[in-house]
Amino acid sequence: MFATVLQALNEGFFETLKLFAVTLLGALPLGLIISFGSMSKFSPLRWLTHGIVWIIRGTPLMLQLIIIFYVPGYILPQNPWAVENGRFWAAAVAFIINYACYFSEIYRGGIQGVPVGQQEAGQVLGMTKTQIFFKVTLMQMVKRIVPPMSNEIITLVKDTAIARMIGWQELIYAGYAFMKGSHGYAGLYWPLLFTGLYYLLFNGLLTILFGRIEKKLSYFR
Amino acid sequence: MLEVKNISKKFGTTEVLKDINFTLEKGDALAIIGSSGSGKTTLLRCLNFLEKPNKGQILVDGKLIFDADDPSTQKENEIRRKRLHFGLVFQNFNLFPQYTAKENVMLASQLLAKEREDYKEKKKEILAEITAEAEDLLTQVGLSEKMDLYPHQLSGGQCKRVAIARALALHPEILCFDEPTSALDPELTGEVLKVIRSLAEKDTTMIIVTHEMAFARDVADKVVFMDEGVVVEEGPAHEVIENPKAERTRHFLARYSQEQM
Ligand SMILES: Nc1ncnc2c1ncn2[C@@H]1O[C@H](COP(=O)(O)OP(=O)(O)OP(=O)(O)O)[C@@H](O)[C@H]1O
Ligand SMILES: [Mg+2]
Repeated sequence: MFATVLQALNEGFFETLKLFAVTLLGALPLGLIISFGSMSKFSPLRWLTHGIVWIIRGTPLMLQLIIIFYVPGYILPQNPWAVENGRFWAAAVAFIINYACYFSEIYRGGIQGVPVGQQEAGQVLGMTKTQIFFKVTLMQMVKRIVPPMSNEIITLVKDTAIARMIGWQELIYAGYAFMKGSHGYAGLYWPLLFTGLYYLLFNGLLTILFGRIEKKLSYFR
Repeated sequence: MLEVKNISKKFGTTEVLKDINFTLEKGDALAIIGSSGSGKTTLLRCLNFLEKPNKGQILVDGKLIFDADDPSTQKENEIRRKRLHFGLVFQNFNLFPQYTAKENVMLASQLLAKEREDYKEKKKEILAEITAEAEDLLTQVGLSEKMDLYPHQLSGGQCKRVAIARALALHPEILCFDEPTSALDPELTGEVLKVIRSLAEKDTTMIIVTHEMAFARDVADKVVFMDEGVVVEEGPAHEVIENPKAERTRHFLARYSQEQM
């Protein structure tokens, strides 16, 4: 009993990790691109990006997930998710878009949070724009971005559970399957306990990692 | 050595500088005084190419470095070089927080050194020279003990002095100070003024925006009084401050006379 549960949960956890990693890989760069859009001097682009970010941040991820998974099948001649791992990719796309919007706001805050005076000081000292970016402002942006980013990433770990809405088998799904099965009372509390432990352990590791990075950056203010 | 001719600057429709003219001789210190909002900071920012004047010219050593009517004097890549005629000590220092005092002073010199033709061959010597000079400058401003501290570990007065050393490191021909003593308590004010005084004794060419009238009178060779974007009066420091001719200057100075002099 114990071994079966553990194995199923491990598989579920692996799927959770996969969605987590793919979301980060997609959303971190996409968020940066969106943040440039939201700071653009070209106002139509700026308004468009602000609008998209507003919609994505203003509606539940669960709803976005359902829309992305079901709607293309109705409006496109061929359902793009009717492929191998289709549920996973649908979830990945929804998560990437959602998180990219959150990340873009974090990037924007970090970039705009560096006082203009820093750039002006660099200019007056005869530095080029590139030198100012890499030698002066970049570190200050990173320092501003890391704490809110770590919060958001820890939320992402827990949010992956939402993917089961479209029948994708991640960690909670794996745990839940046992509860519905014929394992009796033990089938209820073991999976619940272990699912919780997996999330806790993983987030514990992330917390330590981000704590280290923040500490590394704490030598200046 | 510096000629400022007919400089005007508008932000939107408000005219912040109206036809500013003055000259500055090599080795002289010029104090700019005037009430809040009269355009003193804007003038310094124009000299340092942080704002673009709508009208007028700036000449250094008889050479035209900026002409509002001549786009060929406003090329981005040349502006970077032209800026080096001037140094600017910002009112709020703008030190780089992620670098120590010494690194703040060295950074720009290190980057500029990379543009030298002999940089690759003599890299070590050049960098050693830059380090030695930074240490020397920080010692001159009384910070030999604080070189390896970060800006947040320094007092306001110490930050100001790091900012002065940082500006000096590039050997500007004209060093500009924007209210070097604002937001400092009297004790710290003293240490900063001492540094500027010693620069004046070494015949550094300087423009100092200040509210310290006694200091302006004693240290500056020349004083310019600005009001609402206009140069109302200019002349030798003692004359302008002790015997102002214009009514507006007299009125302005009257506010200071009781407390400071
Ligand atoms: N970027 C800007 N946009 C619009 N108006 C500005 C800008 N910078 C300055 N001004 C205006 O220009 C005027 C002059 O400002 P400036 O900072 O040059 O005055 P100042 O003489 O340095 O004053 P203070 O003694 O308070 O520092 C002010 O009325 C200010 O509001
Ligand atoms: Mg000012």
